[in-house]
Amino acid sequence: MTNKEIISSENLVYAKPELMNDNTMHYCPGCSHGVVHKLVAEVIAEMEMTEKTIGISPVGCAVFAYKYIDIDWQEAAHGRAPALATACKRLWPDRLVFTYQGDGDLACIGTGETIHALNRGENITMIFINNAIYGMTGGQMAPTTLIGQKTATCPYGRDVHLHGYPLKITEIAAMLDGTAYVTRQSVQNVAAIKKAKKAIRHAFENSMQGKGSNLIEIVSTCSSGWKLSPEKANKWMEENMFAYYPMGDLKDVK
Amino acid sequence: MTNENDILLLKGNEAIAHAAIRCGCDGYFGYPITPQSEVLETLAELKPWETTGMVVVQAESEVASINMLYGGGGTGKKVMTSSSSPGVALMQEGIAYMAGAEVPGLIVNVQRGGPGLGTIQPSQSDYNQATRGGGNGDYNIIVLAPNSVQEMADFVDLSFELAFKYRIPAMILSDGVIGQMMEKVVLPPYKPRRTEEEIGRDCPWASNGIGLKKRGSQCITSLELDPAIMEKRNLHLQEKYRQIQENEVRYQTSQTEDAEYLIVAFGSAARISQKAIEIARARGEKVGLFRPITLWPFPQKEIREYAERVKGILVVEINAGQMVYDVKYCVEGKIPVRQFGRLGGIVPDPDEILNALDELKKQS
Repeated sequence: MTNKEIISSENLVYAKPELMNDNTMHYCPGCSHGVVHKLVAEVIAEMEMTEKTIGISPVGCAVFAYKYIDIDWQEAAHGRAPALATACKRLWPDRLVFTYQGDGDLACIGTGETIHALNRGENITMIFINNAIYGMTGGQMAPTTLIGQKTATCPYGRDVHLHGYPLKITEIAAMLDGTAYVTRQSVQNVAAIKKAKKAIRHAFENSMQGKGSNLIEIVSTCSSGWKLSPEKANKWMEENMFAYYPMGDLKDVK
Repeated sequence: MTNENDILLLKGNEAIAHAAIRCGCDGYFGYPITPQSEVLETLAELKPWETTGMVVVQAESEVASINMLYGGGGTGKKVMTSSSSPGVALMQEGIAYMAGAEVPGLIVNVQRGGPGLGTIQPSQSDYNQATRGGGNGDYNIIVLAPNSVQEMADFVDLSFELAFKYRIPAMILSDGVIGQMMEKVVLPPYKPRRTEEEIGRDCPWASNGIGLKKRGSQCITSLELDPAIMEKRNLHLQEKYRQIQENEVRYQTSQTEDAEYLIVAFGSAARISQKAIEIARARGEKVGLFRPITLWPFPQKEIREYAERVKGILVVEINAGQMVYDVKYCVEGKIPVRQFGRLGGIVPDPDEILNALDELKKQS
């Protein structure tokens, strides 16, 4: 069989999402961002919302999300993505509006904007990548860094007496009356990826149906920040992160 | 044609709200702070979302307000916020992002005294912050200084026009006197909000999905890591600022034709200075008033010309001396320049200004 014969539509089992372009990604090998980008791109295309979507990228590793998914974007100041999304959705109610933020952006510097946008019930979705570390700036402590976890700014491990506790902002979000759907997912294997995609679709549909705000936490790996191989990072995540950040829906208003 | 519904007795802050609805503003995002809270209160009472469709959101902070402005302006919508000095200080990060990403929008600053929490009484001590950018990086925003309730109303539409013409944030730099005082005001005629088609046509740069499949995706951002491209972007901004300086200077003069001495003042200080020159004229003194309306771009050429004609300039501003440096820069030491101001929320009276004028005369 020649390559030409193999590359035919009958044999197609997988394709690059139409909204993903060929720009070289800056993400490290083993990083969860690439997978989540792909899921977001697929869901937007499947919902036929390409020309009706506004994405808000954060400050952090995903700052350049706008370089990889061919929709319209706005790049927010650190932590302020929910404020931008609020205005976009209020002014363009028929648009699909989502933010894509990391733990430092969503759960630290932008906690105020996060809580209030969720609590106002803005019809938006926040996609929250929680890898328990500041990746972009080189591996410093995040609000979600686990107790005992070593980072550049807690080199002896996170100590609750010095640094306080890891913030479970998703649990807080579930308590807010404005939220419609709050869930915690991961993307380390095929089964998890499929579930995460369903969650994104559900959240995006909720936001278009005016059900309120949606938060999808994706517990993620940062092999560079954690100083582990991609494979070991996945294992470390399952063994350590999942215990503190358990998987599943926290709230799903019908 | 104006009818009786268009002429009202209003506070400056209320006039801003009425004018916003009438000039087709799409969204207001703000947070309460004295002495400007009537802007949001008036909008909440008028419920424009039921009439023109204008969105009104009470944000959780000034930080959120300005970022809502950044987000809304980035989609090509006409959006505004208002606040007072400490709140506008909080907004500076967002204003810098808007300047860098070339996002239009209107910020109203009804100034109060500082520094810090300061006082709720009027002041003009945010002049430097407004005219020098205020946030990080090399940038300017257009700054308009109203001296009446009428101008509070008129400058809303003008600000939007300039902001979209140049893709730049515009600020109405008012103060607690103009915001709180009541005057007769002729409100602007109703102008419909722009349709989606009109936004698509007028703002092809905006991030709203319109025509995406034809033009490709785009992003509103101030970020660029390649220094060669970033320098070009900065040079583009500087060229735009040069064009604004060339084309958009606005000012008003009063009795300057035969003036031997000139008072330069803006906003409420210009109102009080007007009274001072009336008294001086009655005494036979040849004093005129030059009122910059745009504080940035500053009327440099005009002040330079007056420096050739008058014996001295008195700069009256309700601060410790901020605009005076712009005046001195233009005068280049050719004639004496003196500054008079009161601080801490105290508004100067005409007699004090006349005393300062006498001091200037002794100097020249």
